[in-house]
Amino acid sequence: MPASFFLRIINKPARADRYNSCTMNFTPSDWGAIRLTLELASLTTLLLILCGTPVAWWLSRTTSRVKPVIVSLVAMPLVLPPSVIGFYLLVFMGPNGPLGELTQSLGLDTLPFTFGGLLLASCVYSVPFVVQPLQNAFEAIDERMYEAAATLRAGPLDRFFSVAVPLAKPGFLTATVLGFAHTVGEFGVVLMIGGNIPDKTRVVSVQIYDYVEALEYGEAHRLAALMLIFAFVVLFLLYTFNPTRKKAA
Amino acid sequence: MIEADFTLSLPGFELETQMDLPIHGVTALFGPSGSGKSTLLRCLAGLSRPQRGRLVVNGAVWQDDKHFVPPHQRPVGMVFQDAALFPHLNVQQNLDFGAKRCKLGGKARAAGTDTLIELLGITHLLARRTGTLSGGEKQRVAIARALFSAPQLLLLDEPLAALDAQRKSELLPYLDALHQELDIPVIYVSHAPEEVARLADHIVQLSNGRIVRSGSAMEIFPYLQLPFTQEEGVFTLLPAKIELHDSYDHLTQVSIGAHRLWVRYIDKPIGSPVRLRLLARDISLSLDPGARESSILNTLRTEIVGMEETAPGRTLVKLALDDGHLLLSRITTRSVRTLKLGLGQAVYAQIKGVAPLE
Repeated sequence: MPASFFLRIINKPARADRYNSCTMNFTPSDWGAIRLTLELASLTTLLLILCGTPVAWWLSRTTSRVKPVIVSLVAMPLVLPPSVIGFYLLVFMGPNGPLGELTQSLGLDTLPFTFGGLLLASCVYSVPFVVQPLQNAFEAIDERMYEAAATLRAGPLDRFFSVAVPLAKPGFLTATVLGFAHTVGEFGVVLMIGGNIPDKTRVVSVQIYDYVEALEYGEAHRLAALMLIFAFVVLFLLYTFNPTRKKAA
Repeated sequence: MIEADFTLSLPGFELETQMDLPIHGVTALFGPSGSGKSTLLRCLAGLSRPQRGRLVVNGAVWQDDKHFVPPHQRPVGMVFQDAALFPHLNVQQNLDFGAKRCKLGGKARAAGTDTLIELLGITHLLARRTGTLSGGEKQRVAIARALFSAPQLLLLDEPLAALDAQRKSELLPYLDALHQELDIPVIYVSHAPEEVARLADHIVQLSNGRIVRSGSAMEIFPYLQLPFTQEEGVFTLLPAKIELHDSYDHLTQVSIGAHRLWVRYIDKPIGSPVRLRLLARDISLSLDPGARESSILNTLRTEIVGMEETAPGRTLVKLALDDGHLLLSRITTRSVRTLKLGLGQAVYAQIKGVAPLE
């Protein structure tokens, strides 16, 4: 981000008419960005719940030596700058990357700057927000619940669906909400992988960046306020309605 | 018949047991904590997998060198120490969990289940969440849940251990009733002689992962207590039957084989079975049968089959009735000397107190 960008913000004279027009009059391109963001976040969450659940289940049960390696890999997006993740994903998916070569050999285009690429990047970036709550929820379940279910004729898969999943319900709720909200809130990875293509990769956070860069503060403000309210409401609902389950006997 | 041979090594513990158990009545696995009784029960359920083992139940091989039937394919019902009810289901749903999954037809289940719910006194709890139940209620639901899956074998892992004295005495009558009404063999883990005295037909005593002795309850029970209970409380059990009531003196006469004893009034119909508890300290010995002028109501002719000085000056004498039932008497070592008591000698046991276990 060029330093001149910040200088422009600082030096820009306040334009009262822009700031006061903070109504919900979104432009079609705003709506496009909102729709795209919701689509991306929903699909990312769905994919992560589907793929993250077996991983979290395995992590909660295993005594394997590989476990710390996997746990660390899952947690890495928490500490890495989005640009690092974005950079490596770009290399990985690019024409000379392993995934890029694969997609090309299948007669497909490379993934960067497509919705598919964005989806993959979002999944990588949000993985800890889904896997960790699920793993914690599975780990909190008393082993004897599974033993009791086993002596009541429930096989391994049956035990997973009839005991583990319902007892981990708070974990699933947390994972869904955090996975969704975190994907809505991502910016760096999107910018690096998706770029800024209207209706394909331009999500709300990028749209805000565009407005700010174009000095259209009123427009930026509308969307930014929407994001602010969204974040608060989601977290408020999560912490209100999903209290940690009391230890049940 | 249950044939069970297990060898299981855990860090700091080794279980090596070989036993044949009857497939009827209540078998107690008895021993101090850490003796391996719960581990043994888990091996029977298939929850723990012994390194080497052989388990044959009624001719069906549940485990040998080649096979290991996983727990969900074994027709056992298991009740855990703290019930382990599913918190996300209510009582009825907990009961249905096993019932839905067992292979018996729906009709056979439905017939027995209502009786069971009634027998365990949980009819009024069916719609409740499990979190709102008391400890005793939880255990009753857990027992019903295990029985709803139509097990061939019911395994109870110290079902009373997590309960306080009052809840225990609430639950015991239900266990008694099950014992009387149901024809399912029960294996019961306990470290409490009181429970074993009351419920067990067959006892397996464990210590440090090994079986010390096993046999019928009446036979084994006198041996069990010395290492576990204070000498003060040592007692023997006798199976008896109610013969007649004397309402004037508030007494009941019971029979043990050909012997008759007067005990305090028992509120049960004539002919019902009852277990008697005879404290060793309440039995004194005499060489003379005819102590007519005595407050003692009950005198039995016995033979001395064992003697042991359990504390300085105190001797525990093991006595056999002519039908083989055993009694313990605690007397002073001086009395042993002055009466010149010896093995094989005939003595009269004067019984001061008899407590029916109800």
